[in-house]
Amino acid sequence: MSSQELLAAAQPQGEPHTGVGGARRAIGPSLVVGAVLVVLVVAMALVSFVWVPHDPTLVDATHRLEKPNGSYWFGTDKFGRDVFSQVLVGARTTLFVGFVSVGVAAVIGVPLGLVAAVAPRWLGDTLMRVNDIVLAFPALLLAIMLTAAFGQSTFVAMVAIGVATIPSFARLIRSGGLQVMGTEYVLAARVAGRRTTAISLRHVLPNVGNLVIVQSSVSFAIAVLAEAALSFLGFGTPPPTPSWGRMLQESQELLFLAPRLAIFPGVAIAVAVLGFNLLGDGLRDYLDPRLEDRQ
Amino acid sequence: MALRLLIRTAVLLVSLAVSSVVVFAFMAVLPGDPARVALGVNASPAAVAEMHHRFGLDRPLPQQYLGWVGGLLRLDFGTSYVSNAPIGPQISDRFQVTLWLVVTAMVVAAVIALPLGTVMAVRHRRLSGLLLSAASQVGVSVPAFLAGILLITVFAVRLGWLPSNGWTPPAQDPAMFLKQLVLPALSLGLVQGAVLTRYVRSAVLDVMREDYVRTARAKGLRPMQALLSHGMRNAAVPVVTVLALQLVTLLIGAIVVERVFVVPGLGSLLLDSVSNRDLILVQDVVMLLVLAVLVVNFLVDLLYLVIDPRMRVAAR
Repeated sequence: MSSQELLAAAQPQGEPHTGVGGARRAIGPSLVVGAVLVVLVVAMALVSFVWVPHDPTLVDATHRLEKPNGSYWFGTDKFGRDVFSQVLVGARTTLFVGFVSVGVAAVIGVPLGLVAAVAPRWLGDTLMRVNDIVLAFPALLLAIMLTAAFGQSTFVAMVAIGVATIPSFARLIRSGGLQVMGTEYVLAARVAGRRTTAISLRHVLPNVGNLVIVQSSVSFAIAVLAEAALSFLGFGTPPPTPSWGRMLQESQELLFLAPRLAIFPGVAIAVAVLGFNLLGDGLRDYLDPRLEDRQ
Repeated sequence: MALRLLIRTAVLLVSLAVSSVVVFAFMAVLPGDPARVALGVNASPAAVAEMHHRFGLDRPLPQQYLGWVGGLLRLDFGTSYVSNAPIGPQISDRFQVTLWLVVTAMVVAAVIALPLGTVMAVRHRRLSGLLLSAASQVGVSVPAFLAGILLITVFAVRLGWLPSNGWTPPAQDPAMFLKQLVLPALSLGLVQGAVLTRYVRSAVLDVMREDYVRTARAKGLRPMQALLSHGMRNAAVPVVTVLALQLVTLLIGAIVVERVFVVPGLGSLLLDSVSNRDLILVQDVVMLLVLAVLVVNFLVDLLYLVIDPRMRVAAR
């Protein structure tokens, strides 16, 4: 057992099923609140495509550092750019980076985990050791290396976050897949002469689908955090494209003058991360009846 | 057990070798010549060639790699392309700063998480427990650098109690050192504490369901008494694991928090050397951080074998 497996075993989860009530699916408060917050962030991004009160990149020296008012709902920054519009468009940046990086991680990590589950033990174990090496490069470190090599870009950020997220998918799918491989219906399929490929696609993959959904939501939260940290350091999305992390970075020198400039993007980041975290927790409880009972 | 130890050590060494190749390859494929970057665009070909020779950049890549790794093994980190100074002393100075930050943050996290997580577990069906759970969920969603900015806004800007940034070595001015340590350590520790709280809660909840705790309750002990006298030792295993693994998270998190508070730690060194294109330094610091990750994971595995006899049996 590697340390990462230990960590996964210690993962905070819902309370174990107490044995009463059967496999009743519960829509818990986590699921509801998480879904609402995620919908809110997605709505912000969608709205920004058709409407923003001001051009978020428009520098306007006559409206510098305005307090929130009827025209500028969240006020303006030191360049006179509208903060509300920047927060709206920033949601787009965040979701875009999140979707692509989690997508990359799932597309590579799920087949990898599946292969590691159905392949001979030695091959599976070797794949997982390689996985552990990738785990030694956290997203932030990977992004810093990639940025040193290829310069600052959204693409680099997405690749770094995506690659760093692959191991969590691969590990989860492998352990889930191994459980399925031990079931009687897989044994029956084997006896019936089905090939390993057919078994993994017909029996294993559908059964680990729920894990993929839950992990995607949780990984999305981590991706949002990573993107914000990268932009904050000046490694993520380059200007002038609005990004919450960079808004925070720009706000820092003005904390004594206009702390509100930090509050708005800060709350946006926290809402997005909280939303995806809760959605993941809620989905886990909903999709896996064993972990229900969370009243 | 001995075989197990041997296998784990071999895996660690292979992982280290592979990651050092990865780190080196990354920096080797970089577009742009470090000598040109260091000397400027107008440098004469002779000066560039001289620098290439001095830093061994004219040697074939495998030789350069072996030279670099061999140096690391002898704790020789090489010479900076930009400042021409040896890198070793810089790294050890900066690492001490980061260590202060990380260790203090870890203490903060433990002090918050152990009692709160236990209370959350004992009262998990009551309003107070649920509210604490919700609060920890919010805490998990706040990145450390955001926590840092919020703390600055409150304690430096509004209240003026603490400096908003800077660093003083403890030997120079202990009082100032402590003042400047508080906010960065808190921003790292609070967030990490929120994460840890959730692990403590789930570990304690697991233990509370064990028969021996139920027996203790049946004897008439109150939930907290039963837990403290019978459960704590068992809940400690997963918690200690997570605490150790969080060292790594803190080390990486410190990179960003050091930037927020202008703390001259390892993270600042890394970021500065990226913007100066001081590649050998980037290579060294990244390798050091990767080493830390791999070694911590290795130690946690060993710790597990030592603490939990059941693991020893399972490992055989």
